[in-house]
Amino acid sequence: MTNGTDASGASVEGAMTFRQIARETIRFVLSELKPKGKLLTPFNVITGVIILSGLVMIAVRFAYGLGAVSNLSQNYPWGIWIGFDVVTGVAFAGGAYILTFVVHILKIKKFEPIVRVTVLNGFLAYVFYAGALLLDLGRPWNVINPIIGNAFGLSSVLFLVAWHFLLYMICEFLEFSPAVAEWLHWPKARRILEGLTTGAVIFGITLSTLHQSGLGALFLLAPTKVHPLWYSGNIPVMFFVSSIFAGLSMVMIESFFTKKAFKDRIGHELHAAHDSILLGLGKGAVGALFAYIFLKLIDFVHYKQWAYLDTPMGYWYLFEIVGFVLLPTALFLQAIRKRSPRLVQFTAFLTAAGVILNRLNVSVIGFKWYETVRYYPSFYEIWITLAIISMELWVFRWVILRMPVFGVPHEVVEEKTAEDLEVVTWKASVL
Amino acid sequence: MTISRRNFLKVAGAAGGALLAGGASPARAAQSPQTSAGGVEFNGMLIDTTKCIGCRACEEACNEANKLPKPKVSFSTESVFEETRDTTTGAYTVVNRFQNGKNPEEPVFVRKQCMHCNQPACASACLCRAMEKTKEAAVIYHKDRCMGCRYCMVACPFDIPRFEYDSPTPFVWKCIFCNERQMRGEQPACSEACPTGATLFGKKRDLLEIARSRIYSEPDKYLHKIYGEHEVGGTGWLYLIGQPEEKLGLKTNLPTTPYPELTSGFLYGVPLVFVLWPSLLIGLNYLIKDSKVGETKEASHDERD
Repeated sequence: MTNGTDASGASVEGAMTFRQIARETIRFVLSELKPKGKLLTPFNVITGVIILSGLVMIAVRFAYGLGAVSNLSQNYPWGIWIGFDVVTGVAFAGGAYILTFVVHILKIKKFEPIVRVTVLNGFLAYVFYAGALLLDLGRPWNVINPIIGNAFGLSSVLFLVAWHFLLYMICEFLEFSPAVAEWLHWPKARRILEGLTTGAVIFGITLSTLHQSGLGALFLLAPTKVHPLWYSGNIPVMFFVSSIFAGLSMVMIESFFTKKAFKDRIGHELHAAHDSILLGLGKGAVGALFAYIFLKLIDFVHYKQWAYLDTPMGYWYLFEIVGFVLLPTALFLQAIRKRSPRLVQFTAFLTAAGVILNRLNVSVIGFKWYETVRYYPSFYEIWITLAIISMELWVFRWVILRMPVFGVPHEVVEEKTAEDLEVVTWKASVL
Repeated sequence: MTISRRNFLKVAGAAGGALLAGGASPARAAQSPQTSAGGVEFNGMLIDTTKCIGCRACEEACNEANKLPKPKVSFSTESVFEETRDTTTGAYTVVNRFQNGKNPEEPVFVRKQCMHCNQPACASACLCRAMEKTKEAAVIYHKDRCMGCRYCMVACPFDIPRFEYDSPTPFVWKCIFCNERQMRGEQPACSEACPTGATLFGKKRDLLEIARSRIYSEPDKYLHKIYGEHEVGGTGWLYLIGQPEEKLGLKTNLPTTPYPELTSGFLYGVPLVFVLWPSLLIGLNYLIKDSKVGETKEASHDERD
């Protein structure tokens, strides 16, 4: 790390210090790996059991094939591992590209305290939910084929999405890496990595635009299978626009939990500005919701969708649009007018539920709605999904409790005593 | 009757027109190409559902030619027709029995297998080119490339690719038009085995002419359409049918658009976004940086409590 410049000088001293740094870093990381706080909390026990049993199920899946744990069939090749874990999970990870745009490009300082946690959330969402894709792949070891170039399927939307997942994970890691460098006490590395942030942000926003919409574009190839109320040539644009309010509402939900669970880790800045930040996020979400409503309206007229309204799927469609798009818009407007952060937070939950509903309607519920034998997720599919979410929460907590994520001033991150760290407890009961 | 007479004349006229123009009418060619990009004539298969007797010789020949697992019941067992079967990982083609609307005494038998689209959805969906359209017509599968994502199954308008859900190292299976036999100059096993000519192998251009002339000479026997001529931009396998496709287990309401065109608009947008977004964002970044420097410090705190 440090002797990058004087490597040609081959100074023994440089090598020694490098080795020392490496040794110290390893020792530090090993000490940090140990759990902090009480081990036997309800949260730990429940998620621990879910993760362990989930791992067993994953082992069964790899030993006996997808059919052993999932309800997938020849008629329904994609289930909730794609429809929920990947398609919905990635939409919720959209908060990272929105907030990096607002803070690093538009330079709106107000949202700076929550950028790191949002990027961390986004990064982990990609690692775990896009990682869940590997469980769903029949031959996951071949996942490198479209990457190493022995088989480039350039005409495939999925090719684009796969590449963008990979590149965007790198971008998000770069955006978060200054926090890692601070944690490791690598000031030089931190300076270098911080210099890369703007580039990573610009590249990351571009990638996000394309793969958020690309997830919708995947379904363009199924015009006879996705229900006409959800199928549209605009589906990529709608996925992109809805990823804005999906991401923003996830940031609000996340702040709802972290504010309680990690009270001690939250910096003064964030504490003071929390309500104002929430209202700001609500305003952003409302803008995107309006754009989305207009897109839906255009589709409704263009594709003459009213013909389907008076059917069971039509009622379901109205349920989604009225209950989880129009209502949240109205509630956000009300919350902003009354300056009520609580109502903003409540509406965020409603909006997020709407995004889940929408993504599942496109990819699972409205997919081949005409079949007599329908797909529904198996117990194992749901359980493994829960295990993946639990794993993500564990890693999230691990990082939060160690790295300066919540707007803690950089200077503060110096030597910490063991007692200091012990003070930090995980208030799991909230979750 | 008059309607069918008019339709018949239309079909005959179109067929005649195609003959006169030597099949090179650009408008037709644009809608449903009969050659691959390199100018190689597509091979095809003509299924005449009125000729099929349900002997399942095609199933048996397919099973042998592709070394598929032997089925539990022999190929001469007629009881399999009691339910509508689907292709499986071990059966690339199946024959099903349907009621004959015109003559209930004589059922209709219809094959099901990969249609070998001119512009296959599966090949355009595949991110590692495991599904590939050869220049001769076959849509083949490279098992070494496949990662098992099953997007081909989502995309396929005919629901043909079959995935091995019960295997830890699964592949996707479907009819590959006996590509190796074709490369050797032989015809596919099923058409070779067909005793009645219900499955007929040939150049797609010739098969379309044969199909039209059959409709021409027996206008009451056939519907005046060739299933697969325009569906999803044209398929390599064509069906002559005597009753509507929905009564024969064939997919209905398929668009005439070739499926790759459904995503090409989005994919063309990708390089645009890659050029425009970074330039706009870099510009915006500089613009705001400059304006922030110009402002006094208090302006950076734009929030009010």
